[in-house]
Amino acid sequence: MDITINKQLVQKGEKDQDFTPVFNINNLNLWYGQDHALKDIKFDIPEKQVTAIIGPSGCGKSTFIKTLNRMVEMVPIVRMSGEIVYRDKNIFDPKYGVEELRTQVGMVFQKPNPFPKSIYDNVAYGPRIHGIKNKKVLDEVVEKSLRGAAIWDEVKDRLNENAYGLSGGQQQRLCIARCLAIEPDVILMDEPTSALDPISTLKVEELVQELKKDYSIVIVTHNMQQAARISDRTAFFLNGEVVEYTDTSTLFSNPSDKRTEDYITGRFG
Amino acid sequence: MGLINKESVKKKMGSRIAANGFAKFLFILATCFSLLVLGVLIYRILTEGLPYLSLDFITNFASRMPERAGIWAALLGTIWIMAVTAPVSFILGVGTAIYLEEYAKKNAFTKFVQINISNLAGVPSIVFGLLGLTIFVRLAGLGSSVLAGGLTMSLLILPVIVVASQEAIRTVPREIREASFGMGATKWQTIRRIVFPAALPGILTGTILALSRAVGETAPLLVLGALAYVAFVPENLFSQFTVLPIQLYNWTSRPQEEFHMLAASGIIILMIILLIMNSIAVFIRNKFHKRF
Repeated sequence: MDITINKQLVQKGEKDQDFTPVFNINNLNLWYGQDHALKDIKFDIPEKQVTAIIGPSGCGKSTFIKTLNRMVEMVPIVRMSGEIVYRDKNIFDPKYGVEELRTQVGMVFQKPNPFPKSIYDNVAYGPRIHGIKNKKVLDEVVEKSLRGAAIWDEVKDRLNENAYGLSGGQQQRLCIARCLAIEPDVILMDEPTSALDPISTLKVEELVQELKKDYSIVIVTHNMQQAARISDRTAFFLNGEVVEYTDTSTLFSNPSDKRTEDYITGRFG
Repeated sequence: MGLINKESVKKKMGSRIAANGFAKFLFILATCFSLLVLGVLIYRILTEGLPYLSLDFITNFASRMPERAGIWAALLGTIWIMAVTAPVSFILGVGTAIYLEEYAKKNAFTKFVQINISNLAGVPSIVFGLLGLTIFVRLAGLGSSVLAGGLTMSLLILPVIVVASQEAIRTVPREIREASFGMGATKWQTIRRIVFPAALPGILTGTILALSRAVGETAPLLVLGALAYVAFVPENLFSQFTVLPIQLYNWTSRPQEEFHMLAASGIIILMIILLIMNSIAVFIRNKFHKRF
């Protein structure tokens, strides 16, 4: 039944959609109390590409990305309608557990948020909570994840030191490594470089380019140049609506909506 | 421009600086006053108590003859009571705190519970003594035993531990909880592996400080029927007992001068115990202090 939903979506999708979707978002509405934060969101997120979400502050882009792994439900007054289909499964289906979803859809947050534990324990946290106890397996996962996040060479000699001793940029890459350790399918990044200096930002951006070979990435950013640099497709959010969603080069060179044009040329936002 | 009269600002400058100095003086005075009182107290206790302080004083039982009297029974009684109070109050207190902070919905009822817990922390200890007498000694039929005493003390310090643990849990930042949930951890895994370890130093500090309050309490145990004269050490949870503060109270209320000296010696021992406990609390706080 779920598969038919998917097919319908693909059939009536926009013309420029020639990708395999990992998420189909269908008429998603979200309210914080009386505040209508997301309005009739409807688009598909491609597999193994980088999808950027841009828009001015308060446009709902962070809310949207947190909906994809249901983190938004940690806000008690939130209400939702519509559906998000992740690989043929409606993520709001009560039978589909939120823990299961989050092992497939990992998240990197705005502020680096390592645990107050050693570097090793930070990365091993994910596998451990999923029941992996074998030391050899854990060692391999930790090394592979830290290599994957391009931080292995910097920390390999001090895996047992507290993660709080790392610099902000290193902490953020550690958080990416921690996210890779659960071997997710999708990685959500909520303004991952907004707390970082330009050099660390560059490293994270290069990393994102590297990661999209194996992962589908959704990245929220308030930095339009960043979106232009690293993403394949871009969605422009405004007041809780998707104004425009197309491939990044088209959106930045030839936007079809006046509001998109105003935003990317810096007339507001 | 010109809204501020520079001349009057200049004129008031002197009195502002004088008030600044006066405030500093007042606070130094307040501190000195407490230090002075503490100094006099310590001096008096040391001069009275030190002559009687010896190994025999620690290992002897109480006696009618001052030169043979000691605090062995009271010291062990205190340790027994703590051995009951510490685990019971820690488990119940931390459990309550975790429930209130992590699981309970924030509604009128939990708010009501919260206010009552804070109020309980201020209830006079004698009231807890009466509660213990009714519930543990009479209703549960435990008698004036170590178990009844320890449970009563647990009730007494429970509110303090709950409030301290809640504070500690609240300082664990939301970001690291989100990181845990974001990887598919359940609520219990997040609490057990992230929130609890991060809050533990604060919880332990609060617990130890609460326990040191219990070490010094007399009233609730007097109400329970703890004995004032004991020439045996507790053998099990159902033995009768005395504790240090009761022994001291007993000695100070006797007419003979020598017993007052003995009480001073006992106070030194009690203060050493409290000092050690508080030092452990400070040590834990500094050693495991988390930077978030």
